[in-house]
Amino acid sequence: MIDRLPPGTRDVLPTEMRELRALSDRLRASFDAAGYGEVWTPSVEYEDTMRRGDERAARAGVYRLFDERGRVLVLRSDMTVSIARLVATRYGGVSPPVRLCYFAHSHRAVERGRGQSREFLQGGIELIGPRAPEGDAEVVALVLGALEEAGLRRHRIGIGDGSLLRELLAELEVPPERRGPLLEHLSRRDLVALEVDAEAIGLSPAARELLVTLPSLRGGPEVLDRAGGPVARAVEGLRELHELLAERGAGERVILDLGLLRELGYYTGAVLEVYDPAVGYALGGGGRYDELLGRFGTPLAACGIALDLQRVHAAQAAEERLL
Amino acid sequence: MSEAATAAMGLTLAVPRGALFGQTLDLLDALGIDTSEVRASPRRLLFSGSGLGGGVERIVTVRPSDVPTYVEWGAADLGVTGKDVLLESRDREVYELLDLHYGECRMVVAARAGDDALEESLRRLGLARVATKYPHIAARHFTETGRQADIVEVKGSVELAPLTGLVDAIVDLTATGRTLVENSLEVREEIVASTARLIANPVAHKLKAAAMDEIVGRIREVRR
Repeated sequence: MIDRLPPGTRDVLPTEMRELRALSDRLRASFDAAGYGEVWTPSVEYEDTMRRGDERAARAGVYRLFDERGRVLVLRSDMTVSIARLVATRYGGVSPPVRLCYFAHSHRAVERGRGQSREFLQGGIELIGPRAPEGDAEVVALVLGALEEAGLRRHRIGIGDGSLLRELLAELEVPPERRGPLLEHLSRRDLVALEVDAEAIGLSPAARELLVTLPSLRGGPEVLDRAGGPVARAVEGLRELHELLAERGAGERVILDLGLLRELGYYTGAVLEVYDPAVGYALGGGGRYDELLGRFGTPLAACGIALDLQRVHAAQAAEERLL
Repeated sequence: MSEAATAAMGLTLAVPRGALFGQTLDLLDALGIDTSEVRASPRRLLFSGSGLGGGVERIVTVRPSDVPTYVEWGAADLGVTGKDVLLESRDREVYELLDLHYGECRMVVAARAGDDALEESLRRLGLARVATKYPHIAARHFTETGRQADIVEVKGSVELAPLTGLVDAIVDLTATGRTLVENSLEVREEIVASTARLIANPVAHKLKAAAMDEIVGRIREVRR
């Protein structure tokens, strides 16, 4: 008889473990050399804590249990809220910047047959204190450099602005109650439904055109010349960030993406996603969250990014096969 | 840009065999993509080579319902499939770029003509039994219309299920309605209209942006 595992979980045997360990050691060495100290936080937190940080992060944590006093604990689905709590609690008297990194498992729900992981290992960094664009540039450049040190060659990073699409809808005077569905279409990039809904709302042809073309702009800094107008603030921010990254020699790996959205609600500025052409899914992501720490009583700007280590490992293996 | 970053930028296209096959190949012809080999080889599944043209490096032919799977995982960068398939696999992470306006059909609730088994089951038993190849769409439709339903998943010949008393009604795709009529069934409700859609892998949409925008732009042109 064979004892089965819950879908989305798996064992790691020595060959894979050796490679995973080598990968995380290299990433950790890069993070450490840049002054990012490694931390651990508990794998369960009070649900109230997660909810105070971010409603969506709390909901994404689908594994809940009661403790001996009947309080609800949630198995974390994301490290960032825990790190925000940690900084607010343990670094009260310390002056920023605070640089932290972590290597830890998180958990989320999966669907059968989709190849999703119920339990996934993340390696990430959080930079607390520095504002945009300097803080963003440090985080992006460090992650790109660390992946290169770890042996990846063709990785890229997508950079967008978490508020851009909301600002665009406000500028186009879309009624507030109609914005939710449009944002949903934009985040799924269902451009067909987007066009249909935009017409149903009665937006002018010019506004509809903008709503579809602007979030489709992605590529090098030249795409910023084709944007502007209602999203000038976000475009200017992306331009400054790209210039800083170009100075650090990372410009070629950057894809500016005006339509990039991340699921979690706490992003306030740049949003980030890491890709490799060898695999069809993102290797990780993150962004700027300037309001999250304030919810724990320490109003500090912050930016971070997390990599899914098993996905990075798969990309590494796929790159090697292609060479 | 470094050589490594630009390598392998040709597109892989997933083309659905079945009802959408012919019109999809016609569209590709109009875009200047050579489909002669695909047309000539009904059993071959993978076609590759720089001779395809139009920035396309490979064409794979798959079942329509498998197109989102290939595209989600990046085994194909772009694909063509029906909106019905996308609605049934709603949680797949693919981008829906264009309505191609062919392959028109409707997802409907159908039951035996001149028979009120559906209404009677709902009234007296509190729930309807419904056979379908589209369990998600069917379940969502009955939930959204406030009715309880037992969804019975079948793999083919759905029309037989109400005739044999297996179920009270079916949820199925119909283009002309002829198969329904030939089996003494009639359309009771229309759930959604469907057409062919162009879908894209999210990562390829960014890494192969220029080639993809080129194809989307040309489709918009030839459709005009």
